[in-house]
Amino acid sequence: MKLNATFISGRTVDQGCNLENKTSQAYFNAAGYCEMNSTDAGKIGVEPGNNVKVTTDFGTVVVPLKICEGNPDGLIFVPMGPWANAVVDPDTKGCGMPGFKGIQAEVEATGETAPTMPELMDRLK
Amino acid sequence: MIIKDVLCPFCGCLCDDLAVEVENNKVIDVQHACKIGSSKIMGHDRIKAPMMRDDKKGEFREVSYDEAINEAAKILANSKRPLLYGWASGVCEMMKKGVLLTEEVGGIIDNTASVCHGPSALGVHEKGMPTGTLGQFANRADVAIFWGCNPVQAHPRHMSRYSVFAKGFFTTKGRKGRKVIVVDVRKTDTADLADEYIQVNPGMDYIVMSAIRAIIANHADVVPDNVGGIPKEKLVELAETLKSAKFGIIYFGMGLTQSRGKYKNIDNAVSLITELNAHTKYSIIPMRGHYNVTGFGNVCAWETGFVNAVDMSRGYPYYNPGETCSNDLLMREEIDAAFIIAGDAGAHFPAQSIARMGKVPVVQIDPFHNPTTEMANIVIPTKVSGVELEGTAYRMDGVSLRMRKLVDVDFPSDEEVLDKIIAKVREIKGASS
Amino acid sequence: MSELLIKNATVYDPINGINGDKMDIAVKDGKIVDSIGGGAQTIDAEGRLVYPGGVDAHTHIAGSKVNIGRIMRPEDSRSGIKPRTKITRPYTGYTVPNVYAMGYRYAEMGYTTAFEAAVPILKARHTHEELEEIPIIDKGGLTLFGSNWMVMDAIREGDQERLAAYVAWGLLASRGWGIKIVNPGGGEAWGFGKNVSGLDDPVPNFEVTPRQIIRNLAEVNEKMNLPHSIHLHCNNLGVPGNYKTTLDSFDICKDIKSKRDRQSLHVTHVMFNSLGGNHWGDFESKTDVISDYLNKNDFLTVDMGQMIFGNATTMTADGPVQYRNSTTFKARWGNGDVELEDTSGVTPLYYSPQVYFYGVMWAMGLELALLTKDPWKVLLTTDHPNGGPYVNYPEAMTLLMSKKKREEEIAKITEKAYDRWHISGIERELDWYDIAIKTRAAHAKVLGLVEQGKGHLGIGADADIAIYDIKPDETDATVEYDRVKAAFRKAAYTIKGGQIVVKDGEITATPMGRTYWVRTKVDNDGYNRMMDDLKFKFKNYYSVNMANYMVQDEYVQHPVVVETEYAEV
Repeated sequence: MKLNATFISGRTVDQGCNLENKTSQAYFNAAGYCEMNSTDAGKIGVEPGNNVKVTTDFGTVVVPLKICEGNPDGLIFVPMGPWANAVVDPDTKGCGMPGFKGIQAEVEATGETAPTMPELMDRLK
Repeated sequence: MIIKDVLCPFCGCLCDDLAVEVENNKVIDVQHACKIGSSKIMGHDRIKAPMMRDDKKGEFREVSYDEAINEAAKILANSKRPLLYGWASGVCEMMKKGVLLTEEVGGIIDNTASVCHGPSALGVHEKGMPTGTLGQFANRADVAIFWGCNPVQAHPRHMSRYSVFAKGFFTTKGRKGRKVIVVDVRKTDTADLADEYIQVNPGMDYIVMSAIRAIIANHADVVPDNVGGIPKEKLVELAETLKSAKFGIIYFGMGLTQSRGKYKNIDNAVSLITELNAHTKYSIIPMRGHYNVTGFGNVCAWETGFVNAVDMSRGYPYYNPGETCSNDLLMREEIDAAFIIAGDAGAHFPAQSIARMGKVPVVQIDPFHNPTTEMANIVIPTKVSGVELEGTAYRMDGVSLRMRKLVDVDFPSDEEVLDKIIAKVREIKGASS
Repeated sequence: MSELLIKNATVYDPINGINGDKMDIAVKDGKIVDSIGGGAQTIDAEGRLVYPGGVDAHTHIAGSKVNIGRIMRPEDSRSGIKPRTKITRPYTGYTVPNVYAMGYRYAEMGYTTAFEAAVPILKARHTHEELEEIPIIDKGGLTLFGSNWMVMDAIREGDQERLAAYVAWGLLASRGWGIKIVNPGGGEAWGFGKNVSGLDDPVPNFEVTPRQIIRNLAEVNEKMNLPHSIHLHCNNLGVPGNYKTTLDSFDICKDIKSKRDRQSLHVTHVMFNSLGGNHWGDFESKTDVISDYLNKNDFLTVDMGQMIFGNATTMTADGPVQYRNSTTFKARWGNGDVELEDTSGVTPLYYSPQVYFYGVMWAMGLELALLTKDPWKVLLTTDHPNGGPYVNYPEAMTLLMSKKKREEEIAKITEKAYDRWHISGIERELDWYDIAIKTRAAHAKVLGLVEQGKGHLGIGADADIAIYDIKPDETDATVEYDRVKAAFRKAAYTIKGGQIVVKDGEITATPMGRTYWVRTKVDNDGYNRMMDDLKFKFKNYYSVNMANYMVQDEYVQHPVVVETEYAEV
């Protein structure tokens, strides 16, 4: 079962705390997850802490799931950082700013493991 | 020893009331800072020495500063279209050298605003920006709107120092005398402490602003029953609240700059503020991310006439966001060398842009190992500005202040490294100084 | 430093009464000296016009407003582009040049000193960061005090000692040269979107009037013995009928005498404040009334604020005016309130000769200069970049020197302007001496810089010298104005502190200039009262800590500090 959702990325305190600490587990915990409300989590049958695969036209990434009841149905949030950026739109639409928010995404349960930061970057070399 | 009146080198709030306890040349405690600022000042593991590798997939080998600097200079001097990116975590003094280096190598200089408030600058080009210093809002604002930003998470002390809880000359009641409204696509922590949370559908901020403008201009008749997920009655009510303020302020963030419309959202927001000024006093201000990203915009503007994304390949500044911003250049595969300093492109650019960077030599100047390091060929560690180095920084409202040095370390500053690179580049290019 | 000899100069040095004398000028160690030995580097001026280096007493060249202008106007930055050379960084911009062009273009014109007209104390560090990047010229800044809470509270409580102590503190905090007052009281009213309507309209919540602000600051200015007088941008700028406010503002300082040999009031860009009529429909020039006042009174000086057709970027601390400009002309609006202190606004405008009120305002600047008999009383400025960029000073200079040129320009202006102005009837044409007064000598005198060696070529003066490619005896400026204008725009030589920095209009060297500021010793009880009030305001109202507020030494690398002392009488 796939969830069609609008993807946004953004700042969090923990992500900010670890900006000078990006090789750490703490940074992974802070920036590597996907947040949705419990209704949406129920639709794809994933428990918090288990992994989901997020896919857009621009890429795919596996991250653990978190629940955030503040999200409306069909809205997923991944903190800004390399996990979010694996799936964002690089096209700046002629103004310089890539597409970090408002991207159409599909989210589904997965047994795959989430990549570490170095693993994510290795894919780009 | 406790050092007072310390400025925090993290976010655009540039809080200047921190107290830092230093013992044996080490930071042992930070008072008054938020969790994020405290974390930065307390410090983290850092890159110990310069390192280099030819193969981005291979191991780094430790080298001397001279070797790394000379190699970096060679790369820059011999490249046709180098990108010099980042800057926002450094002090203004080094940014001036960055502009000079970019001129010397005929490259493009761009900063983190490219992926943050660059669109706000485009909005300013279109409409201007009626704004003020943060104390003006703390002292006067009785209506505060957070549109597409989440200070609880991104600017934790903003609300207590400036925007929500602050008490001032005309705002003696503090929180109680203020109406706080949050407009966002989801109910954030900031929305939780607002008087009113207005949920807008993603990508619909522009049209919602247009609707509010129409209502304020006495044309509610053209507004449909529901705009962007918001019922018309709610918008009419909101317009009334806005008009009845003594002093209203809109704080805005990535919700506007990164969502559909991007700079057009800012354009429309400024128009809304300008029109509200016909009824009562209103201002608007972007919530800047890095503590000195505003500093880069200012330095770049006074040095080159343009606020960022400046292409010096013609021997003079050329500015055209959409063409000369970092991600534009990377996606068009024009860049043949990347110089990333005081900003982490690897973490904050789209993966496809980084993949382009993965194909060219990358020089990194940074104290800390991060995703850019993973893509780098040369890494030069420097002092942490604002902790180990004093210098100038500009707060989000354009007030410039001087960062303090708290401890001594045996690393060079960004500026020292840039000076050496400039000298070496000149030597290689045979230019006279 | 080395020696330099300028031979065969035709010198106009009004401060020393030299009116076209043929003479040599000797320079040693950056100063004008009596004589030097043989073997010095020699420039043969060949009888050409030599003036002291230009001094600009009112121009917006550095700081937050200027940079907002740059950021707002990439289209402006795209004009005036000149690629980098071995000696010069790139030039950009026309109304808001980058810092390099800012210095280079003044020097190309033979100017060697320029003062930033409005420095907000809280943002003074920014002003100095930019001043430190402007090459060649010497500079300073005038600090804003006219809508400041500390100032208004001290005035309301009748505590002039405290006021003086604060002004001294504020000048130190901003490394400022003097007291600038803009739309007094209005900056505070603008904090809630209001303005003050006249000199006796009390500032809301502060219960002081603009009249009180002007009077008290003028008195304190003299008690502090500052080199410059108060520098006033009047209330009601740009409002038809405002000439009355201007005359009333003048009267406030009528009985104030300075210990120094200078005016006790300088009113700036007074063209914008010489409007008659009741609205834009019946508005007309009242420069005749203003000039009449100037002709009858010696205690004040003014500067023109000459309009130049074409692009301008208006930038002032007169927030209400800038808002009105932007909404009237549907132009971009940059507003910048400064907590507890003042405000600012930046709006791009285009002055077309086909719009009658611009035509009349163009004439009015010239009228003020020509109808006022004493050339020392009316400085030539364009309130750069409000009236137009300073690179157009030669345009203004030649308009003052040639009736024929004026007629040529008048022919391009819409006829609707004709019966609202006085310019058509004016025959007077200024000469080389008058122009030297209006572009250097009077500026230095008004600012209090003559003692610092500016604006003249006497022994001991700074060797700031401009040689123009004009042979005054062989040139009739009343007809050869195009050639004269070109010559004034690109100096044959500009010498700064004894060093040749411009040759044939091109930059040859880029030394850094100095920043002039004033430190006043205030030894009165008011100092403690001031400090108590200041600490209270920092604790409760300012968003920065007092320990981080003042401009530090690092930001003024080449200071010249003038010390003065407060005295009661």
